[in-house]
Amino acid sequence: MSTSRTILAEYTYTPSPVERGYAGQTLYINLSDHTIVAKPVTELMKEKFIGGRGFGLWLLWHGVRDHTRWNDPENEIVVSSGPCGGITQYPGSGKSLVVSISPLTDVVIDSNVGGHFGPLLKFAGWDALEIQGKAKQDVVIVIDAPAGRITVEEAPDIPVDTYLVGKWLLEEFAPAEEERYFISSISSGRGAEHTRWGCLNFSLYDRRRKEFRFKQAGRGGIGTVFRDKRIKAVVVKSLPVKGDSNHPADPERVARAGIRLHKEIHDHDDQQCRMRRRGTSYLVQIMNDYDLLPVHNFRLGSHPEAHRINGDVWEARFTQGLPDGCWYGCTLSCSHTSDNYTVRTGPYRGHTVNVDGPEYETIAGVGSNCGIFDPDAILELNFYCDAYGIDTISFGTGVAFVMECYEAGILDSEKTGGLELRFGNAEAAIELLHQMGRGEGFGCIVGQGVRRMKEYFAREYGADRAFLQDIGMEAKGLEYSEYVCKESLAQQGGYGLTNKGPQHDEAWLIFMDMVSNLLPTFEDKAEALHYFPMWRTWFGLCGFCKLPWNDIVPPDNKYSDEPAKIPAHVQNYVDLFAGVTGREVTREDLITMSEAVYNFQRVFNIRLGYGLREHDNVPYRSQGPVTIEEYLSRAERYDKQLEQLLGLNPQEMSVEEKLAALRKYREEQYERLKDAVYARRGWTRNGVPTPETLRRLGIDFPEVLAVVQKHL
Amino acid sequence: MSRVLSFDADTCVGCHICEEVCSDTWFKTTDRELSSIRIHEERREDELVLRAVYCVQCGECIAVCPVMALSQDRRGIVRLRKQLCVGCLSCVGFCPYLAMFYHASQTEPFKCVACGRCAEECPAEALAVVEVETPRAPGLQV
Repeated sequence: MSTSRTILAEYTYTPSPVERGYAGQTLYINLSDHTIVAKPVTELMKEKFIGGRGFGLWLLWHGVRDHTRWNDPENEIVVSSGPCGGITQYPGSGKSLVVSISPLTDVVIDSNVGGHFGPLLKFAGWDALEIQGKAKQDVVIVIDAPAGRITVEEAPDIPVDTYLVGKWLLEEFAPAEEERYFISSISSGRGAEHTRWGCLNFSLYDRRRKEFRFKQAGRGGIGTVFRDKRIKAVVVKSLPVKGDSNHPADPERVARAGIRLHKEIHDHDDQQCRMRRRGTSYLVQIMNDYDLLPVHNFRLGSHPEAHRINGDVWEARFTQGLPDGCWYGCTLSCSHTSDNYTVRTGPYRGHTVNVDGPEYETIAGVGSNCGIFDPDAILELNFYCDAYGIDTISFGTGVAFVMECYEAGILDSEKTGGLELRFGNAEAAIELLHQMGRGEGFGCIVGQGVRRMKEYFAREYGADRAFLQDIGMEAKGLEYSEYVCKESLAQQGGYGLTNKGPQHDEAWLIFMDMVSNLLPTFEDKAEALHYFPMWRTWFGLCGFCKLPWNDIVPPDNKYSDEPAKIPAHVQNYVDLFAGVTGREVTREDLITMSEAVYNFQRVFNIRLGYGLREHDNVPYRSQGPVTIEEYLSRAERYDKQLEQLLGLNPQEMSVEEKLAALRKYREEQYERLKDAVYARRGWTRNGVPTPETLRRLGIDFPEVLAVVQKHL
Repeated sequence: MSRVLSFDADTCVGCHICEEVCSDTWFKTTDRELSSIRIHEERREDELVLRAVYCVQCGECIAVCPVMALSQDRRGIVRLRKQLCVGCLSCVGFCPYLAMFYHASQTEPFKCVACGRCAEECPAEALAVVEVETPRAPGLQV
């Protein structure tokens, strides 16, 4: 399969060597007018925005207007790793951050992803790739560092579905084995064209399986933007990667930190999370045990059949003993694969494939949350979500919402085109996914996302808007990721008081709050909702993965001053950042770096017409029981709270009265949490960063101040 | 069968010449930190304990290498192909005998390949290259 490709735009260059983690320039490509230019990376960008998500936000801010929406040509997709991205010595150092205006939220989305693209982009001479404009026909972008050439090419014959893109890459770009090592691609799939849930697949060449594998930038529909721009694939070919390709200021400091963590993982992973054997699937059992595993659209937190999809099951499915990192040197190796799965439905029926994962979010999303406890069905859904370029988290949470609507009588088989979308009906969920791939039927309505489905079901079917609002698990337009947070006020904030929407990569505070009771006061919760979102933001500025921070811990961590922060690992990151960039920093400096970028993103959202207090509201399903059934399923817990927290006598109340009393209390608590968190973050009561905060963080640029001044 | 270094702690006199020979053979310098054999001297109560650390060619590092730069040759010796190595040092952290080494002057790790130069120069004849069925821990003797 050799495809013909007419060149639409061409640019020649000499890849600049990376110095102290930076290539020193970013690549701008405009698909409308075929402009390709190099932009310098300024000292201001390095000092204040660091890289990764910071670079993405900075470039996007200057590329769009106040009223730009996701499908306007000036919307951009920016991909950047960060200064530490591409070091091979420390586990989890190959992440890319993708930034764009989201079709789901209409504000900025940032999505982090493994795979080789971000590091290889840097080793091809670019700290970021910024794509603007919209092509008239399907195109592929090729960044070929060894040839010193960048092209935008017509791509009529190139496949869209990521599953086929892998094979196309092999044949078209790298027929010989050694040519495949330093190539990576970004692609999406047909489903991204027909839904707002499009994800991006970032490839890595797996030298043992001898094929390209894919990791997903899932959240927020960037794949939908990608296909709207009519990009089929972006391919990067870098110079060969060596241990010193990132040219760190102090290689030994980086290496020593890496060896320390490799040793720690070698010695303790088997006794801790067993990531090397089962990846994040280990979480299923824990979440089920603590009543946190989403079941039936987040109604419940556990299920008797959860054992059918827990870590033991996936450990048996995953091929063991392989170095399954998504970038070189990640010995935590969570990127496992269910090898030799035979696809049983749809266009690839009968193909024997290696399904990437599943990871926890997928298992809980397309599995337990939809009442599906069949591992094969989860694999089928995982495979096709990736192949069609659809985010498994939004798909899972969205289909769970549809299933609850079906069981509540809002939908019926006539409205769904014959699909009996009850909880547990895996075949119906799979067919819904194929409809998204084909762009037909009820699948296209579902693929618009929970927020738009709520509006559609109310308008077209006369459904109760208030009920839909309560059970539709989205905030800011983004579907919730897969944790039940009803009993943790801090985590309700961890989901609600976010920049991009309810994704747990800002904060995961449930155990600290609910299990260990370490955050008893509003001030404690606010401090945690300051520290942890900033801390986790920092990974995405530098090119790091969050998992090696706390999915492995030193055995003496429990004796440290603040075990939840894992101080020894924070020190590793100080060493890595200073070791790479030569910029000496303290542990506290890392938080301040993130604060600047985080506040910039908040202001960006305000600039786009959102980002205020009202936009931090959450559905009641995330705060407490919506229905009588839900209340009764945990009646003892809720009754006790009414007695102890509100001084009520539940024996004398009807379930409706108890629901209402609990709801009033919990909703008030959430508003008080907002006040406390805004104060701690240096924002007004309306959630607007104050000019003093912006000045303290050094981002008081005139255009930034101008945005907040309208809201003071 | 594996070709492997062996160490006799009873005869070792702790002169460390092996370290210098190894470092000189492979890196043209006499820096103990660049040697693939290390003699550790530890005092336990009144006695001096001599312990040698070197690769026993067990091959456990092969599975953790993400780029298949490590492999066993036909004589059972685990070898690193530097042109493939990306310097991730996974093997350094995962070696059960701590016998894969890192040095700040090198991008790639290094290890004993049982070349026997140290054994040739050992004045006490405490080192030898032997053939073994199964790898075993390096010698330790009080």
